Amino acid sequence: MASRLTRSNRAGWLFALPGFSLLFLFIIIPFFFAFWLSLTNQRLVSPNPAEFVGLENYRKLLSVAVVTLEPERDEAGQIERDSDGAIKYPRVRTITRNSDNPQYRGMGEWFRWHSGDNAKVVIASDVVFMKALTNTLIFALFIVPLQGGGALLLALLINQKLRGINAFRTIYFLPVVVSIVVISLLWRFIYDGDDGLLNSLLGMLSFGLFEPVDWLGRTDTALGSIIVMSAWQAVGFHMVIWLAGLQTISPTLYEAAAIEGSSRWQTFRYVTWPGLRNTAVLVLIVITMQAFALFAQINVMTNGGPLDSTQTLVFQAVERGYGKQDISGGSVISVVLFLLVLLISAVQGILTRERK
Amino acid sequence: MIRTATRIALGTVSASMLLSGAAMAQTELTMWSHGAGNDVEIKVLNQIISDFNASQDDYKVVFESFPQGSYNDSVVAAALAGNLPCILDVDGPVLPNWVWAGYLQPLQIDESKIETFLPGTKGYWNDQLYGIGFWDAAVALFARKSDLEAWGLRMPTVDEPWTKDEFMAALDAAKESGKYEFPLDLGMNDQGEWYPYAFSPFLESFGGDIVDRTTYQTAEGALNGDAAIEFGEWWQSLFEDGYAPGPAEDPADQATGFINGKFAFQWNGNWRAVATMAEVDDVVFLPAPDFGHGNIIGAASWQYAISATCPNPEGANAFIEFALDDKYLAAFSEGMGLIPSTPTAAEMTEMYAEGGPLATFYDLSAKQAMVRPVTPGYVVQAKVFTKALADIANGADVADTLDAAVDEIDSNIENNQGYGH
Repeated sequence: MASRLTRSNRAGWLFALPGFSLLFLFIIIPFFFAFWLSLTNQRLVSPNPAEFVGLENYRKLLSVAVVTLEPERDEAGQIERDSDGAIKYPRVRTITRNSDNPQYRGMGEWFRWHSGDNAKVVIASDVVFMKALTNTLIFALFIVPLQGGGALLLALLINQKLRGINAFRTIYFLPVVVSIVVISLLWRFIYDGDDGLLNSLLGMLSFGLFEPVDWLGRTDTALGSIIVMSAWQAVGFHMVIWLAGLQTISPTLYEAAAIEGSSRWQTFRYVTWPGLRNTAVLVLIVITMQAFALFAQINVMTNGGPLDSTQTLVFQAVERGYGKQDISGGSVISVVLFLLVLLISAVQGILTRERK
Repeated sequence: MIRTATRIALGTVSASMLLSGAAMAQTELTMWSHGAGNDVEIKVLNQIISDFNASQDDYKVVFESFPQGSYNDSVVAAALAGNLPCILDVDGPVLPNWVWAGYLQPLQIDESKIETFLPGTKGYWNDQLYGIGFWDAAVALFARKSDLEAWGLRMPTVDEPWTKDEFMAALDAAKESGKYEFPLDLGMNDQGEWYPYAFSPFLESFGGDIVDRTTYQTAEGALNGDAAIEFGEWWQSLFEDGYAPGPAEDPADQATGFINGKFAFQWNGNWRAVATMAEVDDVVFLPAPDFGHGNIIGAASWQYAISATCPNPEGANAFIEFALDDKYLAAFSEGMGLIPSTPTAAEMTEMYAEGGPLATFYDLSAKQAMVRPVTPGYVVQAKVFTKALADIANGADVADTLDAAVDEIDSNIENNQGYGH
């Protein structure tokens, strides 16, 4: 293999050179650069020289601990409860800001659960990062079936010989061509809490019964709104990939299936789907990777809010690196993100490998 | 073949030498501004530049403007690449950060020339002047005089502002009247520099601050002490009790919400005053309420400075001194509605002259204004403060949120070896 690449293949390498050098310059070098910066305390703006700090940045980013809060008791030893009957606990700050526990200094509550009368609180030294990580994973988990499935459905609809079908192809593909920033701005109006298009539409359909929802202003709807909008935006792109896959399936197979009298579902299940196998792997991996890079929508629509419900890894990397002038902080997130995507792609690669 | 090429090359060199020889008479000074898109600002700047270029033979200012949104990034990128212009403008609170980073050099301007300038227009760091502003800005509480009279509210003045109770009573009166959608608009959608600029004075009036200004080494106690928690709870109540719309507010409200009668009161800047007066006949501009530790508003707007790498600081200083003329300060104010830096320039404008419709703003700037924390760390602290206030408005626990903000600010100060204080 190596010999075939090197021997009498000067022209091949020469042709590949422009592409390789661009990849090297803008992808590979920056990655090693980011990895190196993540081990220093490099700032964007500073007269102080950068120092090597080892894994300190990773420790600050990833440290978590579990602390136990015991209920507050009155003098008789009875557990104190508030007016709703919920047990009263001391504040987490009594532990994290206590000079007896220097190891918890600077940490904050991520989430908690109850075991018996006690509350177990998971504290993290970088709660915002933890929330960004969770949100990004949730986003990827929902966007893959939504976008991939939606795109397949559209591709199947489009893959018919009907008059004017090209018009539909164009319409479905349109959002891909428009800048994501413009689309995000438009969807901000659609999701507007008072008189946005979505609220007006739902109000009209329910004859005014529907109470307007502030889609981007509530912690329980903000991320979902971004997922739906993102799926809609990129669905056309993956539709085209599916379409390409559909058109590689030989028509003779469909003819044979028709002669055998297979139903539409059977045709899809036993002819179309196996024929789309490689396309499916491609679509799956591409959507996953794009999902982890979620940034523009957040930057334009929510800025990570409300209450960190739409923080994402890339948004935090940019926010720290440029907004807070902390290049090393942004680099650490980038490296963690790289490892995460690498891991997930590797797992997907293994799971979807063709078994012989 | 080779000989021809050499000859052409030689010819080009001598031709370009001739050309640059002609331009040698005036040394070029490059200048950047954040005002791209703001035609009036650029027009006045161009006027100053052409006047200056014509007034002497030594220097020629060459001007370039950037959109405000990407201006700071452009400057930081240029500094990293070693391509800073000679003269540049800088947002007042960001100035210490750029000085600390070594971007700027002290101005050599005759002190007597800026004696009468508003305090917010002078950018000091370590007792040296690095920036000077051609204008300042101020915020006030926009209200309707007819409402104040109808609800029997006392007219507050700079010397006798509303107390917290009077302010809340005014909001309650607005709420009970049922005339408006919300009693108050704070412009919560604008989560940029607006938050620290407009809201940190409230925190300071409660007795807290973004960072401990005696040492600038920690925010502990200032941003999460009793006064700050009291502020945070009051802040949260504004949104929970329906006095004001939260961070998901419609972005258009800041410009048109008060005019369209959506709000009884609006916390807004003097740059909206002219447009509002045109639509609301009896609008009055009230000073900030006093929450216990004085009535305070933010000070400092954009200022002009000279880069550390400028090869001709004499020329750059001469240009800035030239631009400090009252007639230019008045022109900026007339064109953009900003507060002129000197009382004499104020007298030359229609709006800010004694008895003029915006004269109140000049008084606010002169008497109430307090600069934001003067530290290179402000850039980060402002971001942390903004997030904390948005989170509290969205219902986050007050003490925990402020603690987290303190932790982040402290760790940032530590990472930067104390920011050179």
